[in-house]
Amino acid sequence: MPAFVCLIWFPAGTLRAQDTVRVGITYQPGVRPGLVVLPAPGLDSIQAIVARDLDFSDRFEVIALTQPSTGGGGSGTQPLNYAFYRTLGAGLAVELSPATGSFIRMRLYDLAAEKIRGEVTLPLERSGVGESRMAVHGLSDEIVRLAVGQIGSAATRMLFLNNEDKRIWRVDSDGAGLAPVSPAGVAAMSPAWSPDGGRIAYTQLSRDGGKPIVIQTLGSGTRTLLPLKATTQNITPAFSPDGRSLLFAQMSDAGVALYLVNVQDLCCVERVTGGRFAENFSPAYSPDGRRVVFVSTRAGGQQVYSMSADGTDQELLIPFDYGETGNSNAPEWSPDGTTIAFHREVRGAPQVWTYDLSGHRAKQLTSLGRNEDPSWAPDGRHLVFISDRTGRRQLFVLDTETNRTRQLMTPFSARLPAWSRRLVRSQ
Amino acid sequence: MRRRHALLPLALLALTIAGCHKAKPDVGAPPTQTSNPPPPPGTMPPPPPPPAATGDAAAATTARLAAELGNVIHFDYDQDVIKPEDRPVLDAKADIMKANPALRVRISGHADDRGSDEYNLVLGNKRALAAKRYLENKGIDGSRIDVTSLGEERPVDPAANETAWAKNRRDEFEILAGGDRLVAPR
Repeated sequence: MPAFVCLIWFPAGTLRAQDTVRVGITYQPGVRPGLVVLPAPGLDSIQAIVARDLDFSDRFEVIALTQPSTGGGGSGTQPLNYAFYRTLGAGLAVELSPATGSFIRMRLYDLAAEKIRGEVTLPLERSGVGESRMAVHGLSDEIVRLAVGQIGSAATRMLFLNNEDKRIWRVDSDGAGLAPVSPAGVAAMSPAWSPDGGRIAYTQLSRDGGKPIVIQTLGSGTRTLLPLKATTQNITPAFSPDGRSLLFAQMSDAGVALYLVNVQDLCCVERVTGGRFAENFSPAYSPDGRRVVFVSTRAGGQQVYSMSADGTDQELLIPFDYGETGNSNAPEWSPDGTTIAFHREVRGAPQVWTYDLSGHRAKQLTSLGRNEDPSWAPDGRHLVFISDRTGRRQLFVLDTETNRTRQLMTPFSARLPAWSRRLVRSQ
Repeated sequence: MRRRHALLPLALLALTIAGCHKAKPDVGAPPTQTSNPPPPPGTMPPPPPPPAATGDAAAATTARLAAELGNVIHFDYDQDVIKPEDRPVLDAKADIMKANPALRVRISGHADDRGSDEYNLVLGNKRALAAKRYLENKGIDGSRIDVTSLGEERPVDPAANETAWAKNRRDEFEILAGGDRLVAPR
C-alpha cells in the first residue's frame, strides 16, 4: 500500500533550518523527494527543460526557487549550501554547468548526506532546441536513474493521428517538437513504433479502397509496403519486441484475422488466428514476445483475449459479464509485463482501465469525458491516451501511481497515440 | 435493301402497338426485330435485349441509374443488419447490375465516431459486406463487388448528436467500371 505523508506548517521559530517544512499531502510509493534544479547561468534553456522533465516524471516534488542566489551552487564552482536547500524541503539538487568544449556537466547532490550522488558529463547543444532537445531529455532520464534507480521516459516521443490532415504526427514527451511524419495527401491510421524507435508502421487508407501497411524509416523517410495483395484491407500493425516481425489484422469476406509477416525479409505472411465470421484485431506483444493480447468479437462484443505468439492457446484475458460489461478495446502490454492497459465503455463512454495480470483485477483510471487508446511509456507507470474532456480529442498523459494528468497541447484534434521506447541510450 | 423494306411495315406496326401502352421514360429506339425464333418446348423465351438509348435520352438514363446506384443505405448503432426500408434500395441496385453485366461497384462501409477507432474500421467492413451479401443473394456475382471500410474517417456530418451519427452509419456505393452507358432494367 502506498503511504501518504501529511506535513504541517509549524509557527516560525519552532523548527530548525534543516527540518522539513512542506504543507500538503504527498503520495509516497517509496520516496518522492523534493528536488531543486539549481540556476545554470548560460544554460537556461537546458535547465528549464530538465526541470520540466523531472516534474513530468512524477517522481519528485520539483521546488521552484524564488531567490536563486541565496543557496549557492549552480555554477559548478561555488560550494553548495546544503542546509539552505533542505529548508526548502529538497532532498536532492541538480547542478548543470558548462564543461570543456561543448560538454555539459551534471551533478546530482544528496542534500541530506551532503555529498554528490552522481555526476555525468555529456556533449550537449546548449540552446536545447531542435534535435538536441532529445539529448537533454536523455540527461533528464539519467538524473532519474541516479536519483531513484529507475528508468525515466523523457527521451521519448509519441506518434498520433492528426484528425484533420489524417497524417501521422509526432511530439516529444514534453509536448515540444511537433512535426508530421507520414506524407501529405495520404490518409493513415494506427501508428506503431519499432522497438528501436527507428521505424514506424501504419495503415494507409488508399483511394482504391485497399489498406496496405507501410513501414517507414524515420531517418531517411523511406517507405516500404508489406508484401500484401493490393486490394486487401490491413489494419492495426504491431512490431514484435525483436523488431523482426509484425502482427496485423486483415479484413476479408470471412471476418478479420491476425497475420504475421517477416519484416526483415518482407516475406512469409502467415495467418495466426482462425475462425470464420469473427473479428480479431488490435494485437500487442508481451515484452518477452511470447504472448499477444488482442481484441476479439467471438463472444459478441469486443473483449480482450490473449494467445501465444504463434496463435495457439487463445483465451479470454480480461473477464467481462456478457450484456453487462461494455466493449473493451485497444489493449497494450506494459513494458514490465505486469499490466494491460485498455479502454472499456462505461455508461456509453470509453474509459481507460488497467488489468493487473497477477492479481487479476481491473481498475478504472479515468471518468471525465471520453478517454481511449492508452499507450504505455517505457517507465511502465505513465500512459498517453486520447480524451475529449476539454472539448476536442487531445493527448493526455496520466501517471498511474498518482493519477496526476497533464495535457499535451496540439493545434488540432489527435487520435490513436503510440508512445515510443527510449530514444536515447542510458550512459 | 429489299430486306429492310420488307421489315418496315412490321416495325411501324410495333411502334403503333407500343404507342398504345404507357410509355416508359427510359425506353429508347423501337425494336428493330419483330420476331424471334420459337423457344424450345418447356422453356421460357429469353428476355429480349434492352432497348438501346441514344443521345440525350441515353445520357439521362445513365445519370438516373447511376444516381440510383449511388443511393446510400443506413444502419443502426453498432449493427450491420440491412434495414427493411433499405431492401428496396438494394433491390434496385441489383436490378441495375443485372441489366448491365459490365457494371462493377465498390461498397464502402462507414461508422459514427462513438466506438473504438479501429473497431469502427471493422464495423464499416461488416456493413459493406452485409450489402455485398444481399446483392449476391439477388444473383449478382460477388466478383463484381469490391468492399472497403472507412470506419469513422469520412463522416458526412461531423456533429456529435443522434442525427449526425445516424447519417454517418452508412454504406456508400461507387461505380468502378461499366457505368459509362447504363441501360434500365426491364
